[in-house]
Amino acid sequence: MSEKRIDVKKTYKMYIGGGFPRSESGRTYKVYDSDKNLVADACQGSRKDFREAVKVARSAFSGWSGRSAYNRGQILYRIAEMMENRRDQFMQELGPIGFKTSEAEADINAAIDRLIYYAGWTDKYQQVFGSINPVASAHFNFSMLEPTGVVTAFAPENSPLLGLVSVIAPIISGGNTCVILASEAHPLPAISFAEVLNSSDVPGGVVNILTGSRKELAEHFSSHMDVNALCYTDELPKEIKTLIDENASLNVKRVIKRPVNDWYGENAQSPYFLTDFQETKTTWHPVGF
Amino acid sequence: MSETETKETTYKPTSPNSKLDFASIWEYAPAPQESGFAEIKDRYDLFIDGKFVKPSKGRYFKSTNPANEEIITEFGEATKKDVDKAVKAARKAYEGEWSRISPKERGKYIYRIARMLQERAREFAVLESMDGGKPIRESRDVDIPLVAAYFFYYAGWADKLEYAFPGKKPEPLGVCGQIIPWNFPLLMLAWKIAPALACGNTVVLKPAETTSLTALKFAELVKDAGLPDGVVNIITGAGQTGAEIVNHPGIDKIAFTGSTNVGKIIQKSLAGTDKKYTLELGGKGALVIFEDAPIDQAVEGIINAIYFNQGHVCCAGSRLLVQEGVADKVITKLKDRLETLIVGDPLDKNTDIGAINSKEQFETVNKYLELGVEEGADIYQSKCKIPENGYFIRPTLFTNVSQSNRIVQEEIFGPVLTVQTFRTADEGIEKANNTPYGLANGVWTDKGSKIFKVGNGMRSGVIWANTYNKFDPTSPFGGYKESGVGREGGMHGLAAYTKI
Repeated sequence: MSEKRIDVKKTYKMYIGGGFPRSESGRTYKVYDSDKNLVADACQGSRKDFREAVKVARSAFSGWSGRSAYNRGQILYRIAEMMENRRDQFMQELGPIGFKTSEAEADINAAIDRLIYYAGWTDKYQQVFGSINPVASAHFNFSMLEPTGVVTAFAPENSPLLGLVSVIAPIISGGNTCVILASEAHPLPAISFAEVLNSSDVPGGVVNILTGSRKELAEHFSSHMDVNALCYTDELPKEIKTLIDENASLNVKRVIKRPVNDWYGENAQSPYFLTDFQETKTTWHPVGF
Repeated sequence: MSETETKETTYKPTSPNSKLDFASIWEYAPAPQESGFAEIKDRYDLFIDGKFVKPSKGRYFKSTNPANEEIITEFGEATKKDVDKAVKAARKAYEGEWSRISPKERGKYIYRIARMLQERAREFAVLESMDGGKPIRESRDVDIPLVAAYFFYYAGWADKLEYAFPGKKPEPLGVCGQIIPWNFPLLMLAWKIAPALACGNTVVLKPAETTSLTALKFAELVKDAGLPDGVVNIITGAGQTGAEIVNHPGIDKIAFTGSTNVGKIIQKSLAGTDKKYTLELGGKGALVIFEDAPIDQAVEGIINAIYFNQGHVCCAGSRLLVQEGVADKVITKLKDRLETLIVGDPLDKNTDIGAINSKEQFETVNKYLELGVEEGADIYQSKCKIPENGYFIRPTLFTNVSQSNRIVQEEIFGPVLTVQTFRTADEGIEKANNTPYGLANGVWTDKGSKIFKVGNGMRSGVIWANTYNKFDPTSPFGGYKESGVGREGGMHGLAAYTKI
């Protein structure tokens, strides 16, 4: 008696504090492939999920920013290694949402290469962008870069894997921790990427990935008083842009808008994406006997 | 000379701590800075498109010398129409002559400004002290030399910008709207205008309404330097004029220095626009004194940190955190040192602490003094004589305060220090970080490794180790958290005025 095997479908949850919880709200929304077939019920993250994510991101900050630049580079490289290993999984997720095989491969390749690009910057940006300042007095004076803290970001809507990785990598390579909202229409590669993160020595809480509605969460991403910066790369509707900017003024958040149309292009990676999330700290000390 | 020698003075301590009562026992011979040579007109118009023009509504407001409450002059109140005119002039200059001048030549104009400032340094220093109330020693030895230095420093960047931004070809932003505070009127003008021009922008600048004099003098200097019309426009007015600048659609970038509250309003009103902005906002700097610190030097550092410029310093070290073992010693020495400070005529070269900048600020600081007492803190003020007229406040410190007191949490912007203690380094760092601000902090210890550890732990844009309140054009300045966005000064300060 032969029986057809029923494949085991994956349940997609969010990624908060190194764990994979469902939304506390119990809400989900339907995710479809390009042929309008239902592929998953994704969690619809709530304000409370977001607050939890900020809390764990804050508590992960001192540990992550305190790692040596070399160690952070090693960990970013390790993410790339783990991702290389899971190409098939990403192929399965990118295919149904309209990526041809060659396009999906290119996307995965570029995402892996992007991680390696920023892995290489972790121990170099300080040397390029820090400075020793020749002040006109008997002082030794130097400026170094330090991560700004907890960053929230909207991953690009139309580049669910490469775009997501390209937004996360510069934030964490510089020692920040983050809460990311995945592409609303195509959230699945983001959760698979969370599995990659989870298996690659990134401490829990450093990257937190929510799925859900950008329109609903924009309010909270921008108004939370323990968030230091917010970043997006898509062109947003005017009213959301305004809402974000207005909320950011509550605690003088840095709002970083770096529009990127082509995530494969020349302008999709840059050390300036990394320095966007850095503060300059200048230290003075007298020189003498 | 002989008069003071013959005068019989018996030493009468005015407080149990005043072992060195220089201020009221020792009669210092007055040493006034001559001021007659510094010309002040009865009235100043707006400086737009290379000309002084009357404000369109014909309204003027008066400017007071805070040391004697006398009216010095009056300034035009720029309204929407004037702001519009200034922005148009700046746009025309940006797209016209200024963008056609090569960076090398652009730099030469800025060098020329630096040199002319040096030539007229004394005049600017006198006017700065008369208008703002700061001691002549500070305007002469700190403000004005730094003003010239900032122009000199940024002049040289004009033709070297690509070296500041590896891999990029930086472009100017366009027309910059700049709003500056009253605590360092000309210095803040230099921080704003020098890098803006070096990067190829044109500017519309509004000085604070209580201290517009040196900015208008600077406008005269801009004319003398032969800068093309419209490159620098200076308009005067209060908050409403500032708001017109912030909201003007023809401006590409806003640079603001001032309070965190106003900074938040500005950030909010820029919402939804693509204007760039930098904000240099308030602070509540902590001074962390360790037991192994050279105590006498630390005490001097504390004085410099909080009583410099009457405490009208956004990065002032207004919260003293002393390690428990040396707290009594530090407080005693600090009180002694307080008694030696001379409060008085800003134009007297003996004066350590001048006048509070305006009546309004005088009332604000006094309100905080009352509040501190209400909160149960112990107030200590030096016993020195202060002039009868004008807005003067004795150097003040509050002991017996706790972290939650408003005088510990809120920026006072006056000569008021709060004193707390800590036991471990971690506690010191945590207390230092425990405000929404992050502009500057100080640390005093003899141990280098401790400086690095504590400096790394403090979340602020500037760390002064075994020193305080030092500035230099090559050195970036700016805050973390609610103390602002962006940096001014140094190579990092160029980023605020370029597209990269």
